[in-house]
Amino acid sequence: MSTSAKTLQDLTNRQYKYGFVTDIEADTVPRGLNEDVIRLISAKKNEPEFMLEWRLKAYRHWLTMKEPRWQNVRYPPIDYQDIVYYSAPKPKGEGPKSLDEVDPELLKAFGKLGIPLEEQKMLSGVAVDAVFDSVSVATTFKAKLAEAGVIFCSFSEAVQEHPELVKKYLGSVVPYSDNFFATLNSAVFSDGSFCYIPKGVRCPMELSTYFRINAENTGQFERTLIVAEEGSYVSYLEGCTAPRRDKNQLHAAVVELVALDNAQIKYSTVQNWYPGDAQGKGGIYNFVTKRGAARGRASKISWTQVETGSAITWKYPSVILQGDDSVGEFHSVALTNNYQQADTGTKMIHIGKNTRSTILSKGISAGHGQNTYRGLVKIQKGATGSRNYTQCDSLLLGNRCGAHTMPYIEVKNTSSQVEHEASTSKIGEDQLFYCTQRGISEEDAVSMIVNGFCRQVFKELPMEFAVEAQKLLSVSLEGSIG
Amino acid sequence: MTRTEPMLSVKDLHANVGGKEILRGIDLEVGAGEVHAIMGPNGSGKSTFAQVLAGRETFEVTKGEVLYQGKDLLALSPEERAVAGIFMAFQYPVEIPGVGNLYFLRTALNALRKRRGEEELDAMDFLALAKEKMKLVAMDQSFTGRSVNEGFSGGEKKRNEIFQMAVLDPRLAILDETDSGLDIDALRIVAAGVNSLRSKDRAMIVITHYQRLLEYIVPDRVHVMSNGRIVRSGGRELALELEQKGYAPVEKRQEAAP
Repeated sequence: MSTSAKTLQDLTNRQYKYGFVTDIEADTVPRGLNEDVIRLISAKKNEPEFMLEWRLKAYRHWLTMKEPRWQNVRYPPIDYQDIVYYSAPKPKGEGPKSLDEVDPELLKAFGKLGIPLEEQKMLSGVAVDAVFDSVSVATTFKAKLAEAGVIFCSFSEAVQEHPELVKKYLGSVVPYSDNFFATLNSAVFSDGSFCYIPKGVRCPMELSTYFRINAENTGQFERTLIVAEEGSYVSYLEGCTAPRRDKNQLHAAVVELVALDNAQIKYSTVQNWYPGDAQGKGGIYNFVTKRGAARGRASKISWTQVETGSAITWKYPSVILQGDDSVGEFHSVALTNNYQQADTGTKMIHIGKNTRSTILSKGISAGHGQNTYRGLVKIQKGATGSRNYTQCDSLLLGNRCGAHTMPYIEVKNTSSQVEHEASTSKIGEDQLFYCTQRGISEEDAVSMIVNGFCRQVFKELPMEFAVEAQKLLSVSLEGSIG
Repeated sequence: MTRTEPMLSVKDLHANVGGKEILRGIDLEVGAGEVHAIMGPNGSGKSTFAQVLAGRETFEVTKGEVLYQGKDLLALSPEERAVAGIFMAFQYPVEIPGVGNLYFLRTALNALRKRRGEEELDAMDFLALAKEKMKLVAMDQSFTGRSVNEGFSGGEKKRNEIFQMAVLDPRLAILDETDSGLDIDALRIVAAGVNSLRSKDRAMIVITHYQRLLEYIVPDRVHVMSNGRIVRSGGRELALELEQKGYAPVEKRQEAAP
């Protein structure tokens, strides 16, 4: 197809929109990892003793661990001594007390990403915690949230201001010994967001964290902890970008969610880390552990993710359904183009009685992309009357990409019900011709067909995010036909 | 009928698919306002001809020329042909899951309007237009909420094609076996829809296997295709003759020809 070939050429030459670098003076620790580096990070953050101990425990455990190799992705070995584990934009003077004191260069950088941190310019319904490299640089609408009793701040601030909450919940869902990358994160994590919704409160606005990697050779290790007390509700959004660089960068985050009786947490991610260039050079390794504990009776946790960036995505946002009648949901769109690889899915661990989970996964592969859905549905003996419904659909564009589905199902009682449906389809030449014959360009047609394929998932996203996700998908797909 | 310049002029058109020659020299002229029927047995190349006119890239044109409104049609991409006013009603309309039927059509219409330098229609104006055109093929409201052709019956798909044609308002419409798979009621509805779209500045090429459709859509000219060529042309009566005698005599005649 000559027209497609041309479109392909034009579009792959297009650049990742968020690939710029902000020139800002940074406070970094020396390259490499040892106990001194961990002590230094902890000291820089002026942490209480329990935090340092926790970090060191994790580090010592990490030394005994092996990097996992079971995932269906390929990458050269990572030299963990070649990474800078802490990089923070150098504060001018005492460090910002309010938004007015935040370095204007940083405000500019986030403005360029479409995330203005000045409250008057923002969507009034969304509060943002902005994380730049290793630290949180600003959190908006804190005062307004405080009126409702909601705590929304950087993780560092939570350690200082609410140590009892941090101590109680940190590692309670993802223990420090959980897995290689989560353990590494536990040792070196530098910041992230903390959010606490008190009993009976419906959080008055969407909360969101925007992660930005800027510095070179730096890993980003942030941690998010969300606790929803009895009968509360919160909707949380996460977005990410990074500059274009030839070298791969590691992002190993941990997200822990805790939902108590009748509480509900809705967690949405639009992940747009730099995916590497068309030849597969550079890009972020996104090795992330996300897990929620639906601890209370009739609590509910739902994950919605749109994964379009990163050279490699390795994540399984999971729900532990502990409370009776609790509900877990996972809605995912994962797209791999060029040489991107994704091994992603979820785990639904049913422990409580009459627990319900739904998994809806849409994988799209283009170019040389490899896309694996990997999921575990485990229904324990005591989880009587539980149900799971899983639907995994894969869409292939072109004939050099791959889609793989690896569902694991373990059911240990006879009163539960598990359903699994899977499909694989290709964007047909006939579909494209149907669209172009009606006057729709091939590029718009691909984007329309893919968006149609993802519609069930996009429906789950908050409005502004859904629009953003659709646009992102179109951009990520550019040049994928040929 | 006197014509100055035909809307469509096909000369010695040859086309291959996968190295196999399907069209072996087609000559055809169609003037504005005319309805031409192309009949012929299965495998004679009728659908290939339709798709080559619409620009499907699976077919490779190896020889000949096609002038549309005096310009070289073969140089245009499928969407450029759509912009130029060519519409093909598909023999097998394609399903696009998750994409709303009306959303699809509005995207198409606005893509055409934009490329023609016309103002795009907003959702309200489009809805008004769509509702009006839906009446032509007796489509009910439930059509609007569904995905493109997904779960449509054979008859609904064909009605949807004619509905799209009515909204997109082409200059040259090519109907590829629009009657196949239709029962007599659906056939009447579709034919009535098509007839309402006949006008002096629109030409139509109606491809069909059976004479039956031509009782409802009365053509100005009838052509018989066999083995990649048009072997006979005539008026409406030719269709009736074929109905009685079948395609065998015309095919035989062609074999005898050099």
